[in-house]
Amino acid sequence: MLSLEHIYKTYNRGTVNETPIFDDFNLTIEDEEFVTVVGSNGSGKTSLLNIICGSIDVDAGSTLINGVDITRMDDFKRYRKIGRVYQNPAMGTCSEMTILENLSMADNKGKPFNLTPGTDKRRIDFYRENLRHLGLGLEDKLNVTVGSLSGGQRQALALLMSTLTPIEFLILDEHTAALDPKTAETIMELTDKLVRGKGITTVMVTHNLRYATGYGNRLIMMHEGKIILDNKGDDKCKTSIEELLGIFNRISIECGN
Amino acid sequence: MDMLISILEQGLIFAIIAMGVYITYKILDFPDLSVDGTYPLGAAITATMIASGINPLLAMLAAIAAGAAAGLVTGLIHVKLKVRDLLSGIITMTALYSVNLHIAGKANLPIFNTTTIFNNGIVNTIFPAFLEPYKTLIIIFLVALAAKLLLDWYLKTKSGYLLRAVGDNPAVVTSLANDKGTIKIIGLMISNALVALAGSVMCQQQRFFEVQMGIGTIVIGLAAVIIGITLFRKLRRVKPTTAVAVGSILYKACVALAITYGLSATDMKLVTAVLFLLILVIAMERRSRRKKLA
Repeated sequence: MLSLEHIYKTYNRGTVNETPIFDDFNLTIEDEEFVTVVGSNGSGKTSLLNIICGSIDVDAGSTLINGVDITRMDDFKRYRKIGRVYQNPAMGTCSEMTILENLSMADNKGKPFNLTPGTDKRRIDFYRENLRHLGLGLEDKLNVTVGSLSGGQRQALALLMSTLTPIEFLILDEHTAALDPKTAETIMELTDKLVRGKGITTVMVTHNLRYATGYGNRLIMMHEGKIILDNKGDDKCKTSIEELLGIFNRISIECGN
Repeated sequence: MDMLISILEQGLIFAIIAMGVYITYKILDFPDLSVDGTYPLGAAITATMIASGINPLLAMLAAIAAGAAAGLVTGLIHVKLKVRDLLSGIITMTALYSVNLHIAGKANLPIFNTTTIFNNGIVNTIFPAFLEPYKTLIIIFLVALAAKLLLDWYLKTKSGYLLRAVGDNPAVVTSLANDKGTIKIIGLMISNALVALAGSVMCQQQRFFEVQMGIGTIVIGLAAVIIGITLFRKLRRVKPTTAVAVGSILYKACVALAITYGLSATDMKLVTAVLFLLILVIAMERRSRRKKLA
């Protein structure tokens, strides 16, 4: 279980660019929930993910994992339990290292990075098997540097790397946004398969309303740092794209656009 | 012939520096100026210890440890105090100038007629007479080779993978639940340990420590790295450590030629700087041309 309690956050406090983003924000995510998050730009979606992962500090409030307060925990320590895939496919992989080297590192997450050989040759078949599941032909390119792969291939690899070891939470930050429609579809299906197969609690930010309604078992809509729609279970299944678009339009009018 | 041997000797010693600079400049993307201080640091420690009759191998180990410690200082300044990379190196380099003077006790410490790795009971007996002129070169080659093999091995370990990852994409290191700052510090320590080792070998080869000997170390190291990497870019089989070693020898050859053909030793640093600029421009030119073709 992951909870954010009474979160306050203002960017550039005390300057002309002061931007309040969260004012007493609360959210609890139960185990094995797959939450899709939608909302206009500046609504606080990415800030929400950054606060969960510890990439930014909060002004007040607490972040808890299974009841344990991690508000002051360094970001890299939180990643023992968290996997994250970014919008930019380049963020999740090392471009000058080979697929095999990247996977070997990901496979060693949670264990010491000591002076034993970086790649365990006995694990190569396991990597190959996992790559085959992606269906992108990467299983024959183990010794190719990641920099020469396409964006979709890199993103698929990043997704595989972030879920290769057991994690409790998967954070997806518009991870299909930079891909062409066909590849985005492939990555989304892979994501769903991985999340369901491993029962990972997942938060996915997306601008694609079809993905937001079609995947996951809870849908959150954010606006100006507040949750304005929170549908679970049956309500989530019934939420339609038209309904979401309607709310988006209403908000825009209220904002004077 | 003498000149060739001298170029190879100097080039191989600087190859060790180049391997250190390769770690910071190429892998970590960290322009580390501490090496201008850690190179004479290795020399100062070695000269002082040898002058007081300590085993030269022990002196070399002490130099390596001191270099690593200096790298640690640069790393801590950069990572913990959040000082910019270039400035962190400058701070350590400046401080080391005084430290080196303190260690050696004076600006110039000769160690003639002492036991060094080039002049001791074992070496003097195992080398047959016909190899005598190459004795120094062979020993330097063995030290450089050992450094290269160790570094090659390290870069293939789990820890080495993280070091390569942190320069490539720090976000990956964070998502692997490792502190990127710590990894950077480890890289700086290894780099400066290598550079101090080079200083130790150099002071035994030229048989003195001189406080000014570190000026321009970073430039020579960078030049060697850039020449090596640019030359061998197409040959994937050649390990970067080998490439930068060849780069170092070529660079030393260029400088030696420039001085043979009329430039005085006074102009040494000027030649160094101009050559480095030329190499930089040529390397950039080649890169941009490749971009246009692509």
